[in-house]
This record gives sequence, C-alpha cells and structure tokens, in this order.
Amino acid sequence: MIRVKMIYFAQTREAAGTKGEEFSLAEQSSVRTALSKAFEAHPKLKPLEKAIKVAVNEEITQEDAPLKEGDRVALLPPVVGG
Amino acid sequence: MDDDAGGTVLFVGTIRNQTNGKEVKGLEYEVYRRMAERQIAKLEKEIRKRWPIKSMRLVHREGKLKVGEVSVVVAVSAVHREEAFEAARYAIDRVKESFPIWKREKLRRGRYAWVKGTPIQNYPASDRSISESQTNPREIVRPRTRSLVEA
Repeated sequence: MIRVKMIYFAQTREAAGTKGEEFSLAEQSSVRTALSKAFEAHPKLKPLEKAIKVAVNEEITQEDAPLKEGDRVALLPPVVGG
Repeated sequence: MDDDAGGTVLFVGTIRNQTNGKEVKGLEYEVYRRMAERQIAKLEKEIRKRWPIKSMRLVHREGKLKVGEVSVVVAVSAVHREEAFEAARYAIDRVKESFPIWKREKLRRGRYAWVKGTPIQNYPASDRSISESQTNPREIVRPRTRSLVEA
C-alpha cells in the first residue's frame, strides 16, 4: 500500500468538507484511482469532476499518471487570480 | 532598481465595489501557496525567455480583502518601456488563468459566491525541469512588505 495526501481547495474543499486527508491506495495506483476514492468518500465532489484539474506534487498531471508514497494530490477547481 | 533599466511598469490590481451590476463588499482569496510559488518561478523564467527584462516581482494576496484594497502587484523593469509593458501585461494575464488561486465575492447580507474561473493552464513541458535552486520564488512571492501577502 501507498499513502497519498489529498488536498482540496475552494469548491472542492467545500464539497469534501475538509482541506485535506490521507488515502491508502494499492501500489501502482493512478491519479484516477485516487479521484474515484475521493468521489466515493465525498459524493458532493462528483458534480465537479469535469471541471477539476489534478496536480501531483504541484505539477498538473494526467489522470493515468502513477502515484507513489507521499505524493500530494490536489483537486483544483477552475481558477481565477488577480 | 537596475541602473541600466530605462523604465518600470507597475500594475496594481484592486478590489472593485461591483461586478455585473451586483454590489460587492469584498473578496476572499484562497491560494495553493506551494504551487503558486512554483508558478511564479516558472512565469519569470518564461518571461525572461521572451522579453529582455531586467527585473520582475509579483505579489498576490490571500484571505479577506475589502473594496479598494490591493490584491495583486506586478512590477517589471526593462531597458525600454515596450518590453516592460508587454511582459507586465503577460504576467497579469497568466496570474488570472495559470495560478492556483480562487476567490469568492462577499455580497450583501453576508452571502458569499465563488467567482467563475477557467481550468488551470499548464506550463510547457520544457519548464518542468525548473528547480527551486534556479530561482528564489519565496523572495518573489514574499517581499519585504509583509502586509501585501498577509491577509
């Protein structure tokens, strides 16, 4: 098993009801696996699925990217700075 | 300030009192700080490739801000004004679309509404090699004037 840190912001933070949490996943799990687990744990996240981009260790990543122990997986809703 | 710079463009973004005719009392910013600092370093690297600028600084605030308060500052110096204007314009545009920042408007009766955003844009793959030793994002995002980054 590997442990990854899930991080939520803005709308995903509100939908998840938390700023972050730790997930235990099987070795070789991908970003998609972590997302599925997040949607399962927090059904309110599901409607945001299409709008979310995922960053692993602060780099925007595709859903098939593999995860490793200690990765930070951030669910980023659409952004607007300035 | 660099002695060989002939001009510095300073953009200061402030909180407006309305949006689409709706009264706005203030804004609350949320920032993925760790990622935003990396994005600033990447942005500076990209800008330096495209324009011969001398210096740039970018500061974005987080937390609750009132109408009229400063939310973002971009400063770019260059030998000539053209590249300083272009680079500063480019920098503020990227802040809007490429930075992990979210904001919600404080409306009347204490209600809040998230401002509609766009999916965060990635930087070119060639910039993935950037390391924190090449730049000092902490200095860029946290200048001496602490009040600008502390809500």
